[in-house]
Amino acid sequence: MTGTTQDDYTDVYARRVRGMQTSEIRALFAVASRPEVVSLAGGSPYIAALPLDAVGEMLGSLAADHGTVSLQYGIGQGTVELRERICEVMALSGIRGASPDDVVVTVGGQQAIDLLARLFLDPGDVVLAEGPSYVGALGVFQAAQAQVHHVPMDDEGLIPAALEEAIAAVARSGRRAKFLYTIPTFQNPAGVTLTEERREQVLDICERAGLLVVEDDPYGMLSFEGDAPLPLRARRRDGVFYVSTFSKTFAPGLRVGWILAPHAVREKLVMMSEANVLCPSAFAQGAVTQYLTTMPWREQVKSYREIYRERRDVLLTALRDLMPAGTSWTNPTGGLFVWVTLPEGLDSKAMMPRAIAARVAYVPGTGFYADGTGTTNMRLNFSYASPERLREGVRRLAGVMEQDLAMRAVFGPAPAPHHHRRRGAAAADAPGPDLA
Amino acid sequence: MIPSMASGDDVRVMVLAGGLSYERDVSLRSGRRVLDALRDAGVHAETQDADVSLLPALQEDPPDAVVIALHGAVGEDGSLRGVLDLCGVPYVGCDARASRVAWDKPSAKSMLREAGIPTPDWVALPHDRFSELGAVAVLDRIVDRLGLPLMVKPAQGGSGLGAAVVREDVDLPAAMVGCFAYHSTALVEKYVPGKNVAVSIVDLGSGPQVLPIVEIVPRDGVYDYAARYTAGLTTWHAPARLDEETTARVAETALAAHKALGLRDLSRVDVIVTEDGSPQVLGINVSPGLTETSLLPLAVHAAGLDLGHILATLIGRAVARA
Repeated sequence: MTGTTQDDYTDVYARRVRGMQTSEIRALFAVASRPEVVSLAGGSPYIAALPLDAVGEMLGSLAADHGTVSLQYGIGQGTVELRERICEVMALSGIRGASPDDVVVTVGGQQAIDLLARLFLDPGDVVLAEGPSYVGALGVFQAAQAQVHHVPMDDEGLIPAALEEAIAAVARSGRRAKFLYTIPTFQNPAGVTLTEERREQVLDICERAGLLVVEDDPYGMLSFEGDAPLPLRARRRDGVFYVSTFSKTFAPGLRVGWILAPHAVREKLVMMSEANVLCPSAFAQGAVTQYLTTMPWREQVKSYREIYRERRDVLLTALRDLMPAGTSWTNPTGGLFVWVTLPEGLDSKAMMPRAIAARVAYVPGTGFYADGTGTTNMRLNFSYASPERLREGVRRLAGVMEQDLAMRAVFGPAPAPHHHRRRGAAAADAPGPDLA
Repeated sequence: MIPSMASGDDVRVMVLAGGLSYERDVSLRSGRRVLDALRDAGVHAETQDADVSLLPALQEDPPDAVVIALHGAVGEDGSLRGVLDLCGVPYVGCDARASRVAWDKPSAKSMLREAGIPTPDWVALPHDRFSELGAVAVLDRIVDRLGLPLMVKPAQGGSGLGAAVVREDVDLPAAMVGCFAYHSTALVEKYVPGKNVAVSIVDLGSGPQVLPIVEIVPRDGVYDYAARYTAGLTTWHAPARLDEETTARVAETALAAHKALGLRDLSRVDVIVTEDGSPQVLGINVSPGLTETSLLPLAVHAAGLDLGHILATLIGRAVARA
């Protein structure tokens, strides 16, 4: 007689699947989706601000009047109409002269990162990324069996000296760093922005080291204080792959993103994308094209900026008013997130059940590191909850932290975090995309 | 006479799943599984969350019976059963009072001990006692009394959440903090090495009977949340690899525990079988998990029975009680 593991395929799975498992934290996020809980854990834009009636009419017409195209297969690279509009959008961000030929439309920014990983990463290759970094990208790199080395940031973004050091350390270890994955503007999760001066330094360092740059720019248009610094791709054409999305400026439900890549690379990306999804959704591309062509989308982005700026202000004020002494946080000038550093002795992951019991949710910092660090941090989102809910969420969170501080005073501080985690553990500490 | 529900009589069943406990996700999975099993057995069933829509739903369109697939406080502390009693809706499982006792591990252990059923030595303390009396002094006394290793777990709660084995006393404070994140009272138990088994009990009308015992062998040695709910991380042996005599002893002990706590319809008794074959009861679950990787469904399968039919019969019993 043998036992059962309830999974007959354990010996068949690819190596990259090992370590993918459910987690306590994921279970807690299931509660966070309930309306009783103030969720500061998601990354959802405030879609209710869209002119949904007008969008509805537009989508209806897309099927009724253009259905033979919009409901049909399309080409792998994406429609030329959308790629032209994308070049106009990029020009507004400062990337001028991009050719629609060099744009590949993807299924959200996520597929863009995945395609670049498939194109460049062999198992064992190293990716450099900010510490902390976007959990979805960490998942892609894990699936590619690459190793992520985090490079620290400060209030001015990625620290150039630390980047040089990381490149040298990887070289000394006999491995090869293929690219730097960076979100230089309103970074997720840290909310910081790489300064003008550092942008040049980072590009110079990468160029000298022969390191490609994958620039992920989902939030660049969501600036609260004037225009964001020019993207890296606006400064350097060679060696920089620019990734962006309509998820934050229009609608994440449509899953439309893109990559701007040099001609030779673009060809391979298209072939890879065809092998991956055949073609991006023709309907979603049609919707975005129509939206950009016929609707006041620039005004909508301005409206998002105003809504998010107000919410950021509410969140920062609440943090100032309510957080226990010893707590610090970043001051984002755009985007969706604030990164909080807890008072000494607290552990954001260990504190999660207490937070859920108090009906508030955040993402523990460990969700944004591939190496198990981040226990002293948490990410708070300010784009989705109303100003009243944001303040209430911080009030609850402050209470949870006070309780945990009292507990630590009795039992001693949290033990030093373990850095030897199972691969894929970052995603286990972050919510799925559906959590608002 | 117990009406049979297995033939698709016009009985409408509400499956309660979700809730706001830490085990919401597990409960949703259990609920889906129960729904499928009941529908396969020809029973008309719908799921319902335990939220503000529950009471209006019970009032506007009362079901003939409720199956509680809620785990964690609301499903197991007796309070929801009390509300169902209030609404006059029959449900599968034990009553509110028995549920409340079984849910609180220290209370359940006291009752087991009074009934002469072996359970590991324990101390249960709320976190306030540690701050009032000094954590170090209290922890030292606990270690002196129970020895190492220790099992630390929340006094209420399931799925291994907040539980930890402590092998060295330096690890005890962190385990206490981890436990208190889930509940205000900690149960510190003497750790008993042995085979980890689960005894599922159902009463289909002729008294409580034991289904094949399930032995649990987690791949990494710890039966934590991931090991419980990630298929592939734990090997379950059903029936457990125990000799006949031990099997009988374990079954008898589990049945005695089920009866001592005044349980009804179904339960799952978690037991450690020591090297010499003696059972020690760790806890009793009145709303056992019913997910794809849960223990009661494994036992049902090993018995050659069908979960949907068992539930349908229990539903019939509940309706008959009303």
